[in-house]
Amino acid sequence: MIKSLDPRIDRAKINHDPIDPLKELDQFPTFEVFHQTKRGQQHVHVGIVHAPNADMALLYAKEQYARRGETSNLWVVPSSEVTATHYFDDDIFETTPEKIHRDPATYKVMDRIKAYKERNKTKV
Amino acid sequence: MDFFNEAHVEAAKDLLYKMADDQLIIGHRNSEWTGLGPILEEDIAFSSMAQDKLGQSEHLYNLLHELGEADADTVAFTRNANQFHSCHFVEYPIGEYDFSLMRHFLFDMAEAIRFEMLVNSSYENLAMIARKFKGEIKYHTMHANTWVKQLAQGNEESKARMQSALNECWPLALGIFEPGKHEDVLKEAGIFEGEEALQAQWLQEVTKLLTDCGLVIPENVTPSYGGRKCEHTDHLQPLLDEMTEVYAIDPSADW
Repeated sequence: MIKSLDPRIDRAKINHDPIDPLKELDQFPTFEVFHQTKRGQQHVHVGIVHAPNADMALLYAKEQYARRGETSNLWVVPSSEVTATHYFDDDIFETTPEKIHRDPATYKVMDRIKAYKERNKTKV
Repeated sequence: MDFFNEAHVEAAKDLLYKMADDQLIIGHRNSEWTGLGPILEEDIAFSSMAQDKLGQSEHLYNLLHELGEADADTVAFTRNANQFHSCHFVEYPIGEYDFSLMRHFLFDMAEAIRFEMLVNSSYENLAMIARKFKGEIKYHTMHANTWVKQLAQGNEESKARMQSALNECWPLALGIFEPGKHEDVLKEAGIFEGEEALQAQWLQEVTKLLTDCGLVIPENVTPSYGGRKCEHTDHLQPLLDEMTEVYAIDPSADW
């Protein structure tokens, strides 16, 4: 029996050794949780919960991921339903960082913005 | 309403005390599961709801303070068992998780209906609190209903355990609705519709959910009354001693 300074632990009369590694199938399956801050915005993946089914997963998603701040909606999706790329295929992404022409932030528009502001100033 | 004549104030205080004490004691009891819950997610959810209950009790104690009682901390942490108006149900030890879940289900359903009724109370400050906590309490009953449905329709062991937890809880749960001295005043003043009306609605809702998932409502049960008259089982005083241990070291400490 585990003895503790915490009276709750003594009352719980825990017999097994809690550092025993969890046996296989000791865990519920996982659900991926998606969080939406405001109606109309995208749901954003925030993590997982363990649960026996989708209803329970939603209950837990609320407490794990919507405890603070603003929430408008939550989704849960069984992790087993997710199809992913393989890490051994990750060379398909290799040259993407070089294709800076696909990144709008890299276009040199500041000159034109400055010029526009300059023009407006003289008009006033 | 124009608050109040003396009788109204006394009746309102009695109502607030039993509600606040119920919330405080069940909140403390349920918090005993923190760190010991069946899985991490459930541990967090159950602890979080226990914390909600303490927060709700604080709001109700603050209303009592407005009516001339001592401040929330003093009222919560310096009374003995024979000054508590909570029902016996909330003071029972947490037991196994089946007992705690069944209590959570039966108690929170009653709490949800009580707050729903109070939304229309003539006691405006109480009605405001009832509106404020509507969503919080809705989550508590969603959590309880989902668990109870799940386990009552699970395997043979889970069904048997839920039925035996229900049998154990039932007389205690009926004790929630022990009539107070001021039922008529509360009704006449439009403060609260009364324990009898609350029990009738509760009975209807829990019976539907429980029988739908195959559980049997115990019959010919004597309700566990006494709590509302500050008469308690031997479980309450040790709980209070443990709950107030830190506060008692230095009641003037600022947290």
